[in-house]
Amino acid sequence: MWKFFHQLASPPHFYRLAAIFSPWFLVPAIALIAYGVYAGLFLAPMDYQQGDAFRIIYVHVPSAYLSMMAYMILAISGGIGLIWRMKLAHAVAAAAAPLGAAFTFLALVTGSIWGRPMWGTWWEWGDPRLTSELILLFLYFGYMALRGAIDDTAKADKASAVLALVGIVNVVIVHFSVEWWSSLHQGRTLMKEGGPAMDPGMLYPLLAMILGFTFLFGSLLLRRVRTEVLFRERRTRWVREMIMSPEGR
Amino acid sequence: MEKLAMGNYGIYVWSCFGMTLAVILFSEWRARLRHKRVYRDIEVRIKALEERQ
Amino acid sequence: MNEATAIQPGMLSGLWATARRDLLLAWKRPGDVLNPLFFFAMVCTLFPLAVGPSAAQLEFSGPGVLWVAALLATLLSLNSLFLTDFEDGSLDQLLVSSQPLPVLALGKTLAHWLTSGLPLVLVSPLLAITYRMPWSVVPVMMLTLLLGTISLSLLGSIGAALTVGLHRGTALLSLLILPLAMPVLLLGANTVSLAAGNDVYTTGIWALGAYAIASLSLAPYATAAALRISNE
Repeated sequence: MWKFFHQLASPPHFYRLAAIFSPWFLVPAIALIAYGVYAGLFLAPMDYQQGDAFRIIYVHVPSAYLSMMAYMILAISGGIGLIWRMKLAHAVAAAAAPLGAAFTFLALVTGSIWGRPMWGTWWEWGDPRLTSELILLFLYFGYMALRGAIDDTAKADKASAVLALVGIVNVVIVHFSVEWWSSLHQGRTLMKEGGPAMDPGMLYPLLAMILGFTFLFGSLLLRRVRTEVLFRERRTRWVREMIMSPEGR
Repeated sequence: MEKLAMGNYGIYVWSCFGMTLAVILFSEWRARLRHKRVYRDIEVRIKALEERQ
Repeated sequence: MNEATAIQPGMLSGLWATARRDLLLAWKRPGDVLNPLFFFAMVCTLFPLAVGPSAAQLEFSGPGVLWVAALLATLLSLNSLFLTDFEDGSLDQLLVSSQPLPVLALGKTLAHWLTSGLPLVLVSPLLAITYRMPWSVVPVMMLTLLLGTISLSLLGSIGAALTVGLHRGTALLSLLILPLAMPVLLLGANTVSLAAGNDVYTTGIWALGAYAIASLSLAPYATAAALRISNE
């Protein structure tokens, strides 16, 4: 069992295994998302307060959840790479960043569009989750900017790992401080998640979407890490042999 | 048709789902493109090295 | 007494030596200290020029504007925290010193705060007057700025260490630090607003204090790690 993990950490093995494991993420993702979208759009009962607009929750919440999970993955793999000097960990962190930023962007856009019929504005600074999500996007941009500014890959890996670890602490602090700030200036809670008790007909598609998005993220991440590994190892012998051999890719 | 309209909220809901799909597909497309490009670049460089020998 | 039993310099001497050096350097170049202060004052001037001098508006936005200006001025001054040392090779000396690097980093940060944060705090009442801040609120504002600038200097040193010597490091430094600084800004400015509105404002003070203490204990390590990474 440990041998499996040791093998996984070696770039040539990972490159091969990732291709094999990819369908195990993609297929459940498609199945869960298909069910979630269908049930969420057509089967779930209408919310008596928000009408059909609440259905945006089925893409907004998974995106927001992923945006935070991706940052966790970024920081943790950066930390693993920094402490245990695992090359693969740094590759995972580098690959996760643009994906996480994309989902953060999605969460912001869907949140904003959801807000229009609900609050009448395209943006509500007073909503703590929207504002925190925006700050998270800035954290992603900072991370990617730092990576881009440092030419040496190893240095960029380590510096961005430090930044991500500092950022993780910051994410928690931002969450609580923005909530406090919002409660000072705004009486009501705004971004409704279905209220205290969600109808099971509403809840199951949401859980399916969250789980499906997670699998989807795994599959997307695997592909990007494969590319990242290929790029970082481009001058090694195993890559040369693999490409020369007939079944490369 | 009424299902699609969703009582005037339709455009919001559908644009959100559409955006999500678009971003995911776009991300996947870019990832595949990059992979192909990286692979091709390495292949070209290896072939050039081989020829020099 | 041979070398092995000779008294080794303690940690505090390393901290103080680094801080003293930076303070002396700043003394020789007063511009480094005064420029951010002028910047602070100018930013405070920009707002009334931009949105009009109505008294009610000024009083209402005073805490926020002062805090944003203080934040931007601190950012401006953070840039050069490690830059001159990097350029003339002193940074390498710090890195190979037998003193623990976090302590030396803390020394530099201390000097930075004494030459940027503290002057800001002392000058802020003058600008607060122009924003018609009631005298009862000014001490609260100074306290929030005091605690806040300590945190900002410490957090900023991490960013400065990560970006030292990078092409276009200034813009990158701001991009990295601003998300870290947002909670501090939030806590500081809103606490002053609460005080101005005669509301309970102690939560903010405690939070700012906790933030400052946490930064003090953790930031030097991150800064040291970042310095090593940037200079290997």
